[in-house]
Amino acid sequence: MSTSAKEQDLLKGLANNDKTAIETIYADNYSLIQHFIVNNNGNEDDARDIFQESLIVLYENARSPEFSLNCQIRTYIYSVARRLWLKKLQYARRFEAQVENLEETVPVEEDLGIHEKMSRQYGIMRGAMGKIGEPCKSLLEAFYVHHKNMNEIASFFGYTNADNAKNQKYKCLMRLKKLFFAQYKNGN
Amino acid sequence: MDQLLLLESVERYLRNEMNAEEKKNFEELRKSNPELDQLVVEHHFFLEEMDRYGEIKRFKANLYDTHHTLKEKGDIKDIDPASQGKLVRLWTKYRRVVAVAASIAGITALVISGIVTAVTPKASIQDIEKLRRIVSSLEQKTNHQGKELNDVKKKIEPGTSIKFGGSSFLVDGKGYLITSAHVVQNAAQVFVQNVKGQDFRAEIVYTDALRDLAVLQIKDADFKAVQTLPYGIRKSSTELAEPIFTLGYPKDEIVYGEGYLSAKSGLQGDTMACQISITANPGNSGGPVLNKNGEVIGILNARQTTAEGFVFAIKSQNILRVVDELKKKDTAHHIRLHTSSSIKNLERVQQVKSIENCIYMVKVVENK
Repeated sequence: MSTSAKEQDLLKGLANNDKTAIETIYADNYSLIQHFIVNNNGNEDDARDIFQESLIVLYENARSPEFSLNCQIRTYIYSVARRLWLKKLQYARRFEAQVENLEETVPVEEDLGIHEKMSRQYGIMRGAMGKIGEPCKSLLEAFYVHHKNMNEIASFFGYTNADNAKNQKYKCLMRLKKLFFAQYKNGN
Repeated sequence: MDQLLLLESVERYLRNEMNAEEKKNFEELRKSNPELDQLVVEHHFFLEEMDRYGEIKRFKANLYDTHHTLKEKGDIKDIDPASQGKLVRLWTKYRRVVAVAASIAGITALVISGIVTAVTPKASIQDIEKLRRIVSSLEQKTNHQGKELNDVKKKIEPGTSIKFGGSSFLVDGKGYLITSAHVVQNAAQVFVQNVKGQDFRAEIVYTDALRDLAVLQIKDADFKAVQTLPYGIRKSSTELAEPIFTLGYPKDEIVYGEGYLSAKSGLQGDTMACQISITANPGNSGGPVLNKNGEVIGILNARQTTAEGFVFAIKSQNILRVVDELKKKDTAHHIRLHTSSSIKNLERVQQVKSIENCIYMVKVVENK
């Protein structure tokens, strides 16, 4: 099954974190996943979490140059969400997970394996960020996540000049790296 | 400070922010200095991780915003709580648990009802029968407790309290009486009183709790043997609707009652007993039930408290059996049962007149 040009555009938009593309994909597919989760022992929050995680999987894949989607976005999202939800149910051991099928699915195990690794690393970084505390966290995020320059950061965080801000950033970065690599080596 | 500058250079190098000359110098330095090389590799990895963290974080923030935007616009909504109430949601959430619970309950119910049907018939009839008997004997007890037996004669020592009593009748003129076993149960002493109010000492010579019959023997010098009993004990069974009458001591003087045989079996189909329709009260137990020919057809023993007019009598054939058993057990007792009635064609008043001398009240002094 080849995906239409419109779907390709949406995927590109998604990879670029484009608001319009995200909104379209979100609005088109949310209710399907919502019904699936709510009808299979989940609630609204479960539905939102699982749906958003599925979108992250799609996003991660869409960014990789060798990825090509050979089914509809909808089918892909549903397959991922279904797999994620089954895992969660099994993990919670509420039931021998047995869920009804609303749509056809495509195999996504490989993608999910990659996603799991990524989300583990994301978790490590997030954990390290959480541990370094403020203002380090905001300062580093301003620089590395939001790509602000040192002058902006200095004025925003109230440093007298960019050098002071740099100095502070350096100290924070050292702590973050230490925490991150300690955790990373533990995890591997 | 050196470290800071160094790391900054690494970052600039990795982000391709160096000009050509700077870059050339840095790369040479990196080749000659393994520590720097190590730092570059490490920082490269770290920055990648950082970038990915940043991307995902931004993407997540975007998703979060989108969720709210769409929700505000109404493009997505929570599954309508009105159309799917709390109950329904609980149901969808727990229906498997409910199904399992329901099947367990179902199976349990089936098993229990199975066991009950398998076990019930015999057990419950006996239970109910026994219970009724206890109730009826209790009734008599209470009644007689309340009753002031003030005609204490010389035989009964003053101060001895008569706990309860019933009726009995002679089956052998030498002084053998038949009464109900429950009347004399737990008795320490038994006295019998005739229709004239005379008391005699008596002894229990035989009890059959199953048939609810007891044989008493008057052992008293004052007792004069009766030559011939007016009534006989009927050996064969009695027909439905046959008129019957009874004499007993539900109170201090003898009371006559009249009725008919209403069923050939007793409580819960007990074939040892029959059902009669007659007015009976506590104290009537042990009294004879006679037919119009003056034959004893039964011994009154219980009434059903839950229904009106259900009185039960032990069939007279049981007297014959009990007496036979007594004879086998103890050959000292020579009881001769009368089977023919000598008052067959008399008027009822005459019949009763001759019978009443053979009906005795039983007074029981209970074991302490």
